[in-house]
Amino acid sequence: MMYAVLCYNNEEMVCGWSKEQDDAVMAALSKAHDKWEKSGKLKPSIRLLPTSAATTLHKQKDMVIDGPYAETKEALLGFYIIDVVSLEEGLEFARDLAKANPGGAYELRPIHMYNPGAPIDGAYEAERQYAK
Amino acid sequence: MTDLAWIDAALVSARPQVVAALLRYFRDLDAAEEAFQDACLRALKNWTVNGPPRDPTAWLIMVGRNAALDSVRKRSKQVAMPDEEKVSDVEDAETPMAERLDESQYRDDVLRLLFICCHPDLPPTQQIALALRIVSGLTVKQIARAFLVGEAAMEQRITRAKAKVAEAGVPFETPGAVERSERLAAVMAMIYLVFNEGYSAGPKDEARGGLADEAIRLGRLLLRMFSAEPEVMGLLALMLIQHSRAEARFDSQGAIVLLEDQDRSLWRANLIQEGLVIIEKAVRHQRTGPYLVQAAIAALHARAPKFEDTDWNGIDALYATLERLTPSPVITLNRAVAVSKTKGPQAALDMIEPLGDKLSGYFHFHGARGGLLLQLGRQKEAREAFDRAISLANTAAEAAHIRMHIDRLIAESKKARS
Repeated sequence: MMYAVLCYNNEEMVCGWSKEQDDAVMAALSKAHDKWEKSGKLKPSIRLLPTSAATTLHKQKDMVIDGPYAETKEALLGFYIIDVVSLEEGLEFARDLAKANPGGAYELRPIHMYNPGAPIDGAYEAERQYAK
Repeated sequence: MTDLAWIDAALVSARPQVVAALLRYFRDLDAAEEAFQDACLRALKNWTVNGPPRDPTAWLIMVGRNAALDSVRKRSKQVAMPDEEKVSDVEDAETPMAERLDESQYRDDVLRLLFICCHPDLPPTQQIALALRIVSGLTVKQIARAFLVGEAAMEQRITRAKAKVAEAGVPFETPGAVERSERLAAVMAMIYLVFNEGYSAGPKDEARGGLADEAIRLGRLLLRMFSAEPEVMGLLALMLIQHSRAEARFDSQGAIVLLEDQDRSLWRANLIQEGLVIIEKAVRHQRTGPYLVQAAIAALHARAPKFEDTDWNGIDALYATLERLTPSPVITLNRAVAVSKTKGPQAALDMIEPLGDKLSGYFHFHGARGGLLLQLGRQKEAREAFDRAISLANTAAEAAHIRMHIDRLIAESKKARS
């Protein structure tokens, strides 16, 4: 079963991390990622920019609003796609992440359709331009 | 991240909202701060055992307020019989309030706190000190070190600022539209001053280095409250893009590396990306302001993969807009740098020569002028300009950079003579 693992956390806190704190969390997470990547169960993982960078289009009146759709204390800050045999295994993945990055919540949402060939290169392209 | 580090980060990020809400209850800065400290101590004890609460901010507000009420109760016990029933009635009525705090309440609270710190009666130095102490929670010692004054002097500065604010009366009514926009401008100016303190500090200046991060944090906070205000977007984008270059701006010896010589792979891509997106959002509002224009200038630099690719015509045009919005010789000076790239050093020099009177005490004027004269082969005059610049340098790194030019001039003139 494919799951999207949606990462919710206090955005003010996560965006307030210094570069050192952020690097430390990412280093801890990447250990968990490695393990699941090796078994081929971890698909794309995506980190979202802060909600202050978001724009929302309300469809009915074609109204463009600055900011995210939902103003919540815990914002959606990123998500993973995983391919696991069971919900139990999905939870195991989420627990591995939680050890590296406590606080907030992971929502496991089953995926109806996954299109692995579809390009998500727009973000990568900008990234590559400045990549180390 | 360890649990303790997580708790620390959570306390720091919750601070503005919690102190702001406690201020609403107590209407006194010191009482609000004390209650916050109290709540933090309880959090350290409680969260390590029970795990962090779902909403740390609401938890801290409730606990901070109750702790303060408790201590009032205890104190009154020593004086007279406490009116227990009354006190607990009040508490029962108010307990669910923290839970019901919605975003608009938070927004008003934090805004009030920021407005208080940027009270028009306070000079900018006191505004910054008060904001860093109250909103950011830096210790007096940290602030004193950042501004190169003694701890006692800084303590006094903050105490004086608090007294002035108390005297003026804390405004608990939501300010009207005109006052609001005036105050907002003051808050933005304060945040940008904090940023520049951090930005101008060298890499080894740990006391001031964190100020840029702090200013960005405050900028994000402000944008969350004014999510459709293009100038607030401009301010945040400007700070993000400037800060993205932090690692490239100094070499391992702490010497300044100019934009043209910077290793652009050291620029932080995520900050640039965020800045660019926010500018795009702001531009949609079709209301231009100085922060947004400055952000757009920074963005043109950020977009160039190599220095040679820089869109100097675009930068020249943006500086022209900025000159129109906020006429200032410093902006003309900056524009001249772009003009030197598009029309050559002579055109740029012609532009800045008339500024000599106004900018005679300004380091960057003499530095830039020296650079242009050097490009024109007027070594002797360049040397004089650099000498003048070095005597006006604000930091060791600035002085060292000009020194490098002078040394090169000396070496060249020796070579020419031999």
